[in-house]
Order: sequence, then structure tokens, then C-alpha cells
Amino acid sequence: MTGAVETALRARIDAGGKCLVPYITGGLGDDWLDTLRAVAAAGADVIEIGMPFSDPVMDGPTIQEANDRALDAGVTPQTILDDLRHADIGVPTAVMTYGNIAYHMGFERFANSLAAAGVSGCILPDIPLEEVGEWAAAADEAGVETVMLAAPTAPDERLPLIAERARGFVYGVGLLGITGVRSALAASAVEIAGRLKGVTDKPVLVGVGVGTPEQAVEVSQVSDGVVVGSAVVQRMLDHAGPEGVAALVGEFRAALDEA
Amino acid sequence: MTMAEPTASGRFGDFGGMYVPETLVPACQELDRAFRDAWGDPAFREELDHLLRTYAGRPSPLTECHRLGEELGCRILFKREDLNHTGSHKINNVLGQALLAKRMGKTRIVAETGAGQHGVASATAAALFGMECVVYMGTVDIERQKLNVFRMQLLGAEVRAAETGSQTLKDAVNEAMRYWVSAVEDTHYCLGSVMGPHPYPWMVREFHRVIGDESREQCAELLDGGVPDYVVACVGGGSNAAGIFAGFADTEAQLIGAEPAGGAAVGRAVPGIVHGSKSYLMQDEWGQVLEAESISAGLDYPGIGPEHAHLAASGRARYEPVTDAEVVEAFQLCSRTEGIIPALESAHALAWIAKMRDEVAGKTILVNMSGRGDKDVNQMMDVLGS
Repeated sequence: MTGAVETALRARIDAGGKCLVPYITGGLGDDWLDTLRAVAAAGADVIEIGMPFSDPVMDGPTIQEANDRALDAGVTPQTILDDLRHADIGVPTAVMTYGNIAYHMGFERFANSLAAAGVSGCILPDIPLEEVGEWAAAADEAGVETVMLAAPTAPDERLPLIAERARGFVYGVGLLGITGVRSALAASAVEIAGRLKGVTDKPVLVGVGVGTPEQAVEVSQVSDGVVVGSAVVQRMLDHAGPEGVAALVGEFRAALDEA
Repeated sequence: MTMAEPTASGRFGDFGGMYVPETLVPACQELDRAFRDAWGDPAFREELDHLLRTYAGRPSPLTECHRLGEELGCRILFKREDLNHTGSHKINNVLGQALLAKRMGKTRIVAETGAGQHGVASATAAALFGMECVVYMGTVDIERQKLNVFRMQLLGAEVRAAETGSQTLKDAVNEAMRYWVSAVEDTHYCLGSVMGPHPYPWMVREFHRVIGDESREQCAELLDGGVPDYVVACVGGGSNAAGIFAGFADTEAQLIGAEPAGGAAVGRAVPGIVHGSKSYLMQDEWGQVLEAESISAGLDYPGIGPEHAHLAASGRARYEPVTDAEVVEAFQLCSRTEGIIPALESAHALAWIAKMRDEVAGKTILVNMSGRGDKDVNQMMDVLGS
């Protein structure tokens, strides 16, 4: 059965558009749920919600700082899920966190907690294909879509296996590196998008190093859309408020729609 | 029981694995293939052995410590890894990894360091092989181990501060992994302990197995073919312990890992996933990794290598905590009675003996004197108020 994340993305793609998935650090600021709603209204197809972890090895300075601020403010997986349970956001959500948060709670309980809070998808960047079995079984059972990452370093024979296991969408990692805004789009972003499009019919979105509307448009010429993290989170760190964050998401939406 | 190869998925019992970002999976798999190939290649083994003998100063001697033994009521033998080039056991592993990195065509190594011993050893190997070297070290550790920072710089390495989180070893590992994600094509991550994703826990233990193999032979000579009653080593990530345990896992000897009380991952026995493997990990109720607290920067780590978790869970080895105060006492006792200033890390093993003197009375105990204490003298001047 196709989940809510994939359904929402396919609706955009089938209408001839490009998908936009902004990343919001869960619990960052008292108005973070308002930010989610504003971002949805500004044209996000799905929202990725970062669940802070103490040792986020895939994340650069911006998301690390957002993590630390949220953790210092007492945010836990439970507070985030409690907040989400009562929120009417308007688009599907996917939680991104690290393996230990899910493992510590117990994979089954974590997957069920996501589903109970209305979260449709999950991304665990330090649980690669070789280790994903136990989690994926629990997630499938709970109806949670497990998004898989595919990196530029993957040999050709690995990509179909990743795409096969992916639910919701396949997350192409745009460059060799951690999350963060770069001055230009890496050539590897377009390349990984093309390689993935060649092996799967599932939505292919590229993130990591996609920080401006121009870069989003550039990679979306090949991919089905983008994930935008650090650029959005930077607005939250700058206390731009729900409207300020949504304005940036609106710029991405407009650029993708005009392209 | 023996300390053998992990399973194909890199597991020791329930522990281990390869929990890394997708970007690094091919690099870990390549490393696994390269290490298997090299370790089975007599030419590689001979080249490494030659380096260990002519450059690192192996074999390291076994020293019987009469005065310390008399003081503690047991027979104590030190495996003298403190006499290796660069002052600790760490050189065994970095020479192996640097040689392997060269064989794999990598031009740069990145390393994390706590006390600075692994950083110095990595910088040394990089200098020897003409490779670039980047070392991440927590800001707090840079402050308490200034001498080692300068040594690394003299050796041509670039020392970068890990300013996030607790600013100690755990954060240096995070930064080194982030660096590796960005530079994986030409850079080898020279991990300094028996932790991280497969194949590191296995590979690093094999590079340190020489400690156990030599000790086994040296003990047999001294003990009429016998083995010691106890083999004791300090444990942070657990590399020196893994090396010496590997020589005795199949004997009757009791294996003891001395953990810092403020970083007792096994003591709390909660499994978790961080830095590439599943093992015991200090964490809060939500799975956030806790900050370890130890007088010794080299043991200031909230986790432990996965094979140690397996040895603990299976009952083959015991892991027991000692406090900073007990370590400071043992540090002084060893200096005074043996003329050997131990590294604060190694002093944990001695502190365990002192603490357990009733249990070990009259027994023969092999201690891994994993490093020398020169690097700790400044810090101890402050601690002891001299």
C-alpha cells in the first residue's frame, strides 16, 4: 500500500510539478507547530521533522546548533510526538533522527509512536541497507514509510537495492559531505539524481547541499524535487518566526513552479 | 573461547555491525576487503613486523614489579607498551592502518584523539609514510594535553578543535567521521580504538594482538609454561585491553577491564548505537549519549568496543569501575615503587589491583602498562597541588 508521503509526492509529480520537502528541527521554539503549518501553507509537499540527537554525525553546524538549542530547552522524542499528535499540519510528515533514538525506545514502540502521532515517514541516516532489516520490519508493520538514502559513493549495483527498500521516496545525497548550505550545487547532486532515476520509479528527491532556490531548480531538472534543511533551519535559528521561515519556503516553491 | 573473526555482518554476539551514513558504507566495505587481503598476505605481515621491530621497538619487555607486588600482596608483571615509540600501545595500530592506507592508495589520514596518544601516533605514522594527517581533538582535551598538541604539530599534523558537545573524545570522533564523509575518496579514517563500524573493532584488535601474543610467550617463559591468574587492562574504547586479552582469551586467566567510574559503559549495561556500532553506551532515558567524566582524557568515552560488550555479556571478561581518586593513588604508588610513571589510563589497571587486593592476594597478575605518564605530569602537578 502506498503511504501518505509517497502519495503526496506523486500527486505533485503527476501534476507536472517538482516536490519540495523542507526540514524543520522538532521542538525548536515555542511556535514550531505554527512554523510547520505556515511552511505547509507555503507549498511544502511533505515536511521532514528533525528529532534532535546528541551525536548527529551526518549534520553540519547549522542543524547541530538547532539540535543543541532544542535539547537544552528540554525537547525529547516524546515532547515532539506529543506536540504533533494534536497538530493539524495539512501535509504528511517524516521524522528524521538517528538510529539510537529509535533503538533505545525499541524499534516496534518507536514505529508505533510515530504512527500514533500521525507521522507518516522516517529517515535514520546511520542505519544503512545492511542494518535496516529489523527497523524496516517494525516500520512496515506500523505503516511508517522508511526513506532510504543513496550517496554518490554507492556503486551501480547498490542503487537498485536501496531504491527497492525505500518507501515514500529515495533520498539522494547531493554531495560527499554533511548537511549545510554551499555556494554552488555540487555536480554529484545532478549525477546521483540521474543514476537513481535510471533505476527506480519511486520519487527521487535530492538533499544535502541544496541551499538556494536556484540550486533546487538546477537539481530538479533531473530529480523529482528537493529536501531543503540547513537553509530553512537557519531562519529558525535567526528567530524569523513562522512567517519568516514560510517566506523562504515560498521562494523555493515559486522557483520550482516557474522552472 | 577465542577472540576470533566477527560474523560477516561484523558482529560479536549481539554487538558490532556497520551503523554509518550511507556515504561511508562503500568505504567500510572496501576497508574490510583490503584488510582481509592484507592480513592474509605474508608480504604485508612481514613489512608490518619489520616496522614494529625496527621503528616501534618491539617486542616490548615484560617487567616483574617486585616492590609494587610486595606493596599490593601479589605478583605483578607489566607488559611494557609504555616503552614503545611514541610512548604507548597506540603505535601498533597506526603503523598497521597507515601501511594499509598506503596499500589502498589513500594519501591522507584523519584521526580522533582523546589524551593525544593516538593523535601523536597517527601523526608519527603519517610523517613516516609521507601522508597528510588531520587530527580532531576536543577543546577540553587540547587544554589538558597541550604538550601532545604541540608534538602532533611538530610531526606535521594539523590539529583541529572539536568544539561541539562535551568537547572531548566522543565529539572528536563525531568530527572525524564528518570529515571522513566529506573526504572519503582519498582519506583513510585511522580510528584509534576497537570501536566504530566493522571492520574497525576487528582490525584494530588484530593490529594490537601482538601485545597479547608476545605476553603469552613471555609469561610462559617466566611462569614455567603457565599463564597469569589475571590479565588486567584499562578500558575506554578498549584497544589495549583487546590486544592483550586476545593472547589469553583461550586460557584460564581471568580477564579484567578497569573502567573509569565516570565512564563505565559496561557497568551500566545499556546497549546503544553510536559511532558505527552497537555496544554498551552511557545514555539518558531517551537514548541521548551522556558525557563521560574521567581524570584521564584517553578513557573519557561513553561507549566501549563491541567485542568487549560481547566478552562482558558472555561472562568471559569482567569490567569493573575505579574512581579518579583511586587512580591518582595508584599513579603515585607505581611511580614511587617501580620508577615507572604510568599513563593515567594505565593507572586504572593498577587501581583495580589495589582495590581488589583481597581477591588477588598471592595471585600472578599481568598488567598492560599501556602508556607512559610523561603527558600527564602537568595535569598531576595541578591535581596534587605541587
